[in-house]
Amino acid sequence: MKHRFKFSWEILLLILIILVCIISSFISPYFLDIVNLLDTTTNFMEKGIIALSMSYIIISGNIDISVASNMGMTSAFMGIFYRMGINIWFSALFALLIATLGGFFNGFLVTRFKLPSIAVTLGTYGLYRGIAYILLKDTAVGIDNESFLYLGQGYIGNTPIPFSLVLFIILAITFGLILHKTIFGRYIYAMGNNEQTCRFSGIPVDRIKRILFTLSGLMSGLGAIMLSSRLSSIRPDIGVGLELEVIATVVLGGVSILGGTGNMIGVVLALFLVGLATYSMNLVNIPSQVITIIMGLLLITTVLLTQIFQYRERRA
Amino acid sequence: MAKVSTFGKSKDIYERVEKIREWGILIPIILFAFIVALRSPYFLTAENIQYILLDASILTIVAIGEMVVILTGGIDLSVGSVLALTGMIVAMIYKENFNLPPILAPLMGICLGSICGAINGILVSKGKFLPIIATLSTMYIYRGTVYIISGGKWVNAHEMPEGFKLLTRIDLFGIPSLILFAGIVFISFYYFLNHRAIGREIYAVGDNPNSAVFVGINKDKILFLVYLLSGAMAGLGGILYTSRFASAESSAAMGFELSAISAVVIGGVKTTGGSGRITGVLLGAFLLTMIINGLNVMRISPFYKLALQGVMFLLAVIIDSLIAERMQREFRRKRR
Repeated sequence: MKHRFKFSWEILLLILIILVCIISSFISPYFLDIVNLLDTTTNFMEKGIIALSMSYIIISGNIDISVASNMGMTSAFMGIFYRMGINIWFSALFALLIATLGGFFNGFLVTRFKLPSIAVTLGTYGLYRGIAYILLKDTAVGIDNESFLYLGQGYIGNTPIPFSLVLFIILAITFGLILHKTIFGRYIYAMGNNEQTCRFSGIPVDRIKRILFTLSGLMSGLGAIMLSSRLSSIRPDIGVGLELEVIATVVLGGVSILGGTGNMIGVVLALFLVGLATYSMNLVNIPSQVITIIMGLLLITTVLLTQIFQYRERRA
Repeated sequence: MAKVSTFGKSKDIYERVEKIREWGILIPIILFAFIVALRSPYFLTAENIQYILLDASILTIVAIGEMVVILTGGIDLSVGSVLALTGMIVAMIYKENFNLPPILAPLMGICLGSICGAINGILVSKGKFLPIIATLSTMYIYRGTVYIISGGKWVNAHEMPEGFKLLTRIDLFGIPSLILFAGIVFISFYYFLNHRAIGREIYAVGDNPNSAVFVGINKDKILFLVYLLSGAMAGLGGILYTSRFASAESSAAMGFELSAISAVVIGGVKTTGGSGRITGVLLGAFLLTMIINGLNVMRISPFYKLALQGVMFLLAVIIDSLIAERMQREFRRKRR
């Protein structure tokens, strides 16, 4: 029964994607252009990268709302290093290290002090964004290193395939394989279903939590680098509100917000669904504030839908 | 206070610890005041202290609303957006109707805020949403709505009637009205939380939702009520905020939810719900405002504010967790 539900959820997402494509191609003749479509994927690849680690976190029954702030902090550090005259690649590497530390710090607080992940990441949500503001004040740093800009804007060879899409696909496959084919992945599901039982059966719950939060930090850092490269400038308010979009994507992908269920294919499909829908809304000039409202409504509707599904399943 | 335990002894320990935790906030307050006053004597003048109290008033009102939500184990991330939304709507109403009596503004704010809060409440109580998901969504929905209805424009000081701006500037019986507003909110919440059944039911739901249902508490009603109250207080805060700063803009009070939640947590309310006192929240809001004011007085860049708030928030939850750990150890020793 449960299996059929998951199956139908992904089919539903696929149908929705096709629906969006059909409607959009009616609205704008530019939509169904393969070059355009490939190009637009660059707009949500950093979101996708963070969504991968976020799905691990949510499946394990936790949540990380500091990801967007961590991105801000990472970018700010990168900008500061770059401004000091350090090579952009070294700056990016240092910043990535700091992002990972930021993630580890979340994991450390959650496990050492047995705090709920909401409380901890809410604190670091303020702290990390605050550090970004301390570092950059209200200035921006422009990046003009061609090879660095390739990360977010470049294409593979002469094809219209963006580099960031390829990177995302590689990461998504890796994350999917780890989640579905390894013991570590099974542990993540087990933790989301019943943490207490996991502890009693000898699963190193705390260590896995630290790994997951560290991973989330690393991915936020990577996302930050991709985003800064795509925008070719760094501001302290980079990626504000991205945590909502990432969480919405993961939940839309069929991952239960209570943990324990969901899979990677759903998350990836949801990412493309949201990305394409946003793209078509951009094509008809819907302002970004309205799109944010739609994201919020989308999150609410999805959670409501899954709850209705689960309710009916329980009765059946 | 709220934990009712079968062990007579344990209840004593609990109450003692909570008292210490609550009044413990006075230590950083005094310490910080001392340090800042050393560097700049202006900090402890009557003028500046009145400033701090005025600034703390709005935060206190919103934090008290946030507190009742956190008491049930939930969280309301939408308060900052509700504050901006009600402020904008009411400012626009006054811009169109210059002769509307200003005394209506707080009532309008409470009504509008209640509507926003009721949406959260329905999602959490009837929709069985996790509070963080429901309020994270509405946080962005309400903020987006502010942009849409205002078209990104400001309502400036000269577009507001004098009476509306006076709302937070007059003295009643020698007390600034802003402090009176906060005082009324504080006293009524104090009374209801500590001396009425409804208040105790809020604590009970946060302490153990299942047993609360077993003793006949209508959990859904309580959950709905706390989000409604939180919205209403954010709405009232929105009016006072707009009147005090004499402008309404779409990015007003960004991050205010973090300040409110920080004040609550610093005040000793447990994030998992069920315990914490309203006097603690009052002190928490005061400490937070005082520190930010102190930074201004010492001419430290305002960009430090957000990070500092995050640090204080984390410190508060860590200290609470350490206290809980120690109490558990003491518990086990006593039972042996």
